[in-house]
Amino acid sequence: MKSGTLSTLLSRGAIWGFIVLELIFFTVAGEFFSLSEKAFMDVDNMLLLFKQSAPIGIIAMGMTIIMVNGNIDLSVGAIYALCAIVLLDSMTWSMFAGLGDMVIPVSWVLALIVGVALGALNGFIVWKTGVDAFIVTLGSMLGYRGLVFMYNGEQPTSHLNWTLVDFAEAQFLGLHTATWFLLVVTLIIWFIMNKTVHGRNAYAIGDNKTAAVNAGIRVGPHMMINFMIIGFLAALSAVVFYSESGSVNPNDGELYELWVITAVVLGGTKLTGGAGSIISTFGGVLAIQLLRKGLSHIGADTETVNLVIGLILIAVLFLDRQLNIKGKEELKV
Amino acid sequence: MAGLTKKDLGQLFARQGILIAFVVFMIGFSIANTRFIDPDNIMGVIRSSAILGVMALGVTFVVISGNLDLSVGSMMSFSTIVVLDLHDKIGASMAIPTMFVMTMALGAFIGFLVAYLKLNSLIVTLGMLSAIHGLTLTYSGGKNMDIADKEGTWFKVFGQGDVMGLPVPIIIFVVLAAALGLLLAKTPFGRSVYAVGGNGVAATFSGLHRPRVVFICYIISSFCVATAGLLQASRSLGSQNTVGQGLELEVLAAVILGGASLLGGSGTVFKTVIGVLILGFIQNGLLLVGLQFYVQYVVTWVIIILAVWLDIAAKRGKLWSPIA
Repeated sequence: MKSGTLSTLLSRGAIWGFIVLELIFFTVAGEFFSLSEKAFMDVDNMLLLFKQSAPIGIIAMGMTIIMVNGNIDLSVGAIYALCAIVLLDSMTWSMFAGLGDMVIPVSWVLALIVGVALGALNGFIVWKTGVDAFIVTLGSMLGYRGLVFMYNGEQPTSHLNWTLVDFAEAQFLGLHTATWFLLVVTLIIWFIMNKTVHGRNAYAIGDNKTAAVNAGIRVGPHMMINFMIIGFLAALSAVVFYSESGSVNPNDGELYELWVITAVVLGGTKLTGGAGSIISTFGGVLAIQLLRKGLSHIGADTETVNLVIGLILIAVLFLDRQLNIKGKEELKV
Repeated sequence: MAGLTKKDLGQLFARQGILIAFVVFMIGFSIANTRFIDPDNIMGVIRSSAILGVMALGVTFVVISGNLDLSVGSMMSFSTIVVLDLHDKIGASMAIPTMFVMTMALGAFIGFLVAYLKLNSLIVTLGMLSAIHGLTLTYSGGKNMDIADKEGTWFKVFGQGDVMGLPVPIIIFVVLAAALGLLLAKTPFGRSVYAVGGNGVAATFSGLHRPRVVFICYIISSFCVATAGLLQASRSLGSQNTVGQGLELEVLAAVILGGASLLGGSGTVFKTVIGVLILGFIQNGLLLVGLQFYVQYVVTWVIIILAVWLDIAAKRGKLWSPIA
């Protein structure tokens, strides 16, 4: 099966080839069109790229598990916003007034707990009612957004803690804090997916649910744990981002689910479940961020980014179907 | 009652649950605030639901044929911006058909990708959501569109006019719903939509040309979106680039509330209309009893999940999922 291995290689390496292509294109095009004196492949620029990838990237790792498992989660943007509000608001609660800077870890833990709980609620409903994850999370996307608004009306929630800002803006070994979070999350999720029973079961369930049930895998709890993981990661993403920005609008995180799903699909994860890789998702996240940065570098309007990303997503889907038989299967929604 | 067992009652509740819930809501809100059943108020709700409703009619076809359309929101922004822009450039009578052609060209593109290239409709329309949004912004240069002469134009009749005491948006909504309802329920094409969505392989073996049916569903959807864009543009005579943002999910929620299965093969135009009205009346009722608009989101969440859950539970005969 020589052609088979070739197509596998192509589909595995496609995202990295795409990234290299983007780098070359923007470097060359930047020479002609860019208004700035700096080269595109500037070290500072690339470091910033990693940092800016973090909020979407951290959630995308969770989405990869969810999609490998054969589900989808549309509520991540709303979970992100709700956890951000809990994070910033809890720092001003009077019961924590005496803690000083020790309030930071407390608020972090609170935000993360809220994220896990919201994810668990999604997972529990999917498990116990048997309603498809697409519908459940479509509903909770609205519902959680409603909770965000109910928390503080249409006002932004702001609280700037300078210790926290210093921490978020710090650089360790040249990389920003947010980048470290992204890298560590990627590593941990990679480990879970490839080296643990839970990860292997996630692939098995996504590939063939009936077979997984017959093999004695408890499908429900695995799904629920995955939803808790993505809830946790959405909260972590909010923690990382809002530690620095210090102000959250009730509309923040809207359309995040679309960006995240785009990144994951660019990375080659199948909507049908059972296939996908964390490392490729990492590539997908970088590719999107590179595209956004690159287009603005060569002076394209920001609106062009939406157009280009949308068309690339469709093109990738088309190529993927040509290269991969499993892509021909219908969507299981 | 003789012959009516507890199970029958459960079945009845599950199958007609959405209508029962609708009635319960209407009664509850009417008791809470008598202004709710005021004819003017009811007319107002239907009128403001018309735009969402027109879009939901088209999406019903797409969902029954077993696909999804997440691009309707940004496509609606596109048609609104285009028709407002062209209104001042080539006049309203030319702008409207041009806008319909442009919007339906987008629909045809999506239909081609999904039907003939057999790409996954969720991802295709997700990509088109982003792409059409970019297209709209490129077209308008990111600026808001406004009609220069807001008083003198006859263009506003679609969104603001009255014919024999009935607002024109409602008339358009009702006529379109009736026409599409008949198309879906009473014509061979309508049956083929159900067949393709219910079991695509069987439909193909029965001699139906599956890609053509799916393609036409997307054309119908884009026609409805263009109509919704016309209503929106005519109502406000000016628009932001993001006017339809997020509507795709509200539309989908209405269609699901109406009982259409995302797996395809089930759902009706009438039930979708009920789903649209439920969303509209809940929003209105909550506002009238003094709650903020966002409480509606939470209520919608609970209702969607309960509605789909009961539907599934009735089909499998058990309340809880058998999955271990």
